[in-house]
Amino acid sequence: MIELDAAEVTAWSPDPAGGREHVVRLLGPVTLRLVERRVAVVGANGSGKSTLARLLNGLVLPSAGHVRVDGLDTARDGAAVRRRVGFVFTDPDAQLVMPTPVEDVALSLRRHVPDAAQRAAAATAALARMGLADHAHVPVHALSGGQRQLLALAAVLATEPAVLVCDEPTTLLDLRWRTHVDALLASLPQQVVVVTHDLEAAARADRVLVVDDGRVVADGPPPAALGHYRALMGARAADVGVP
Amino acid sequence: MSAGRPLRAPWAGPLGLHHPGTSAIHRAPAGLKLALLAVTGAVLVVPTGPVVAGVGLLVVVALGAVARIPVRTSTRGLVPVLLAAAALGGYQAWARGAAHGAEVALDLLTLVLAGTLVTTTTRADDLLAVVARAVRPLRHVGLPPETVALTVGLFLRTVPVVVRVTDEARDAARARGLGRDPRAVVVPAAVRMVGHARATGDALAARGLGD
Repeated sequence: MIELDAAEVTAWSPDPAGGREHVVRLLGPVTLRLVERRVAVVGANGSGKSTLARLLNGLVLPSAGHVRVDGLDTARDGAAVRRRVGFVFTDPDAQLVMPTPVEDVALSLRRHVPDAAQRAAAATAALARMGLADHAHVPVHALSGGQRQLLALAAVLATEPAVLVCDEPTTLLDLRWRTHVDALLASLPQQVVVVTHDLEAAARADRVLVVDDGRVVADGPPPAALGHYRALMGARAADVGVP
Repeated sequence: MSAGRPLRAPWAGPLGLHHPGTSAIHRAPAGLKLALLAVTGAVLVVPTGPVVAGVGLLVVVALGAVARIPVRTSTRGLVPVLLAAAALGGYQAWARGAAHGAEVALDLLTLVLAGTLVTTTTRADDLLAVVARAVRPLRHVGLPPETVALTVGLFLRTVPVVVRVTDEARDAARARGLGRDPRAVVVPAAVRMVGHARATGDALAARGLGD
């Protein structure tokens, strides 16, 4: 279970006019209790939804308040939280750090499987579960964007996290790969929190959070929350003169 | 542009990538291969003459054949090395004589091919384990061996990313009619690589590799 207790994120910001730096609020305060198996987070660019996602595995620590995963505080028990919460980024290139798929998955398993041969076998099995068995030794840069995202998922899921947080995992993918990755995420036994601009995917979640200007402005079942989001974006478009 | 010619995937760096196999060289311990590579490097700096240097190059090429490394894997990244070897050898030939120039050029090629042979016949995971063992004493000065080993892995992975980012920056500059302005390539490529480095740092932290 994920709990945000009056969690706030602030940051120093330069003054465009050349004055002194000042503190701006990026997110919060947010108080939430996430127990649903599928949670979608939607919001405009720069609204704070990625900051919210990063709070969940301690990539960003709250400036005030607390974030807990199964009772573990992200500020105090960061390493333990990261073992429980896997994170998938938009761009798999930033996430894949080894030259070949099997080696990248094996890197994730270094702390879990000490024996190198067993680790290589476990990595190969993890790739096979993603349908990447034939690409185990292909250079990562030679994979397609969809295959790289699948590999990033394989590397994270190999450690069997209890929760998976995905920050726009399908934004860079074509329709075929988006459908594939969406179906894969839907089939996982883990609790999955997905930041997305894909409202069709968000509509299949159990709960949708709408983030705007650093605050959760709507929270509930998809139809109501997404209706609120569409109305909000419609109003914003009218503000900037979009017909 | 090469009209009518099939496009080729971008060059992925001079260090090669693991090419699975069952040869004796593949099965040799990673530590032994790295040690022999280090010895090769040390021997090459001792002046021995162009004949011995040529024999050294032939030995490495023969080992590549034993390991059944596809010729393209080991030679694709060699063009920049060949140019560097030609420039260096040419200078040395002018400064110190033809024999010395030939020896320097052959030594450089031998060393790069030997390095390629090690990386193509050794899994990165095994290389990292050796590096982590070798730098274990650094733990006493506060440097975790696994972090050093991971840095080596990151280096191997980053080479093709730098190549891709630079290619994309060059294409973008051409599309804007700025193909002849080096700033239009270097600045966006550098900015993107800094962004990539930050994102990679976040991803490493998210995977718990820095814990």
